[in-house]
Amino acid sequence: MTSGIVEAVNAARAERRPVATLTWLDTGVMGLIAPDEIPGHRLEIELREAFRSGKSKAVTQDGREAFLNIYLPAPRLIVIGAVHITQALAVLAPVCGFALSVIDPRSGFATAERFAGVDLVVEWPDDAFTSRPLDPFTAVAAVSHDPGIDDPALIAALEAGCFYVGALGSRRSHERRLERLQAAGLSAEMLGRIRAPIGLDIAASTPQEIAVSILAQIIAALRRPGGDNASRARVQPGGRGDACLVEG
Amino acid sequence: MTAAWLEAGDPLVIAERWSAEGRKVALATVIDTWGSAPRPRGSHLVIDGNGNFEGSVSGGCVESEVIAQALDVIQSGTPQLLEFGVSNETAWRAGLSCGGRISVFVQDLASRDAASESHAG
Repeated sequence: MTSGIVEAVNAARAERRPVATLTWLDTGVMGLIAPDEIPGHRLEIELREAFRSGKSKAVTQDGREAFLNIYLPAPRLIVIGAVHITQALAVLAPVCGFALSVIDPRSGFATAERFAGVDLVVEWPDDAFTSRPLDPFTAVAAVSHDPGIDDPALIAALEAGCFYVGALGSRRSHERRLERLQAAGLSAEMLGRIRAPIGLDIAASTPQEIAVSILAQIIAALRRPGGDNASRARVQPGGRGDACLVEG
Repeated sequence: MTAAWLEAGDPLVIAERWSAEGRKVALATVIDTWGSAPRPRGSHLVIDGNGNFEGSVSGGCVESEVIAQALDVIQSGTPQLLEFGVSNETAWRAGLSCGGRISVFVQDLASRDAASESHAG
């Protein structure tokens, strides 16, 4: 049954394995393609490009039209600090499709009651990262407000090339943070990648509003990797409808 | 247990659940877009035999039409390729107010065995 394909796609996504489906438009027959099947595949070039870019596309093989749908692993969000803002992020992040983990060695903050149903790791960041390795598909938001917890996580996130690295704190506390991290040997380029004060400036006040501003900044980093200054017009040349965000 | 980020209204997770419940299910997928389109290629809308649906293929502009066609696809088992453009060009049916065009492929999820296709090529 084709519904078996849907189950296989869901299983792959749950295990963070990239996978593709190929659907023949004349019959509706659907097949599953894993990355290890690409070498020697008749659609090898198209498959390589699609898995690299994550963009699904129509393809033609022997005059037959098919649709190649790519399912890449969901971006991850690792939050350092099981604080009030994090409780709001625990609600919002899954809604936006982020796989969330919360890390805090302070067992008083990191309780199952405060974070029901959340992947909660009551360990120091460096220990937690051995079981949840950082990668470029991961965003790290350090909001514990404790340099002893936040700093090691920020260093690890910058070294791993995480697509987003943000840190809570005032401009003054960020200046002190930059001094500490510079003394720890981080380059100016790396330090420049820390988003601080964290979050888009929407004049957020409550922990929940700050969570929205953080998540919005993470989404911008994911969808607009060129940087904060890239305008929508540049992203979508000739774009018209304000509600229509997708390139043609 | 399905992870929370997969749980939140994900069309394929819902398609799997509906199929397991014995419901008839059609899957609609955006397979091509031109110009301003509200949902990217690969976006899904799932429809059951009673017209219940989850997900989206547009900003709500063409879903009613896709759902109506999906009920036919569930009945016939024959897939359909639907194209939608600007409203005033296709006044006889739903259109996209944003000015783009989209192709939507609608297929029955219960009727075909694709295991032999998984190593095609």
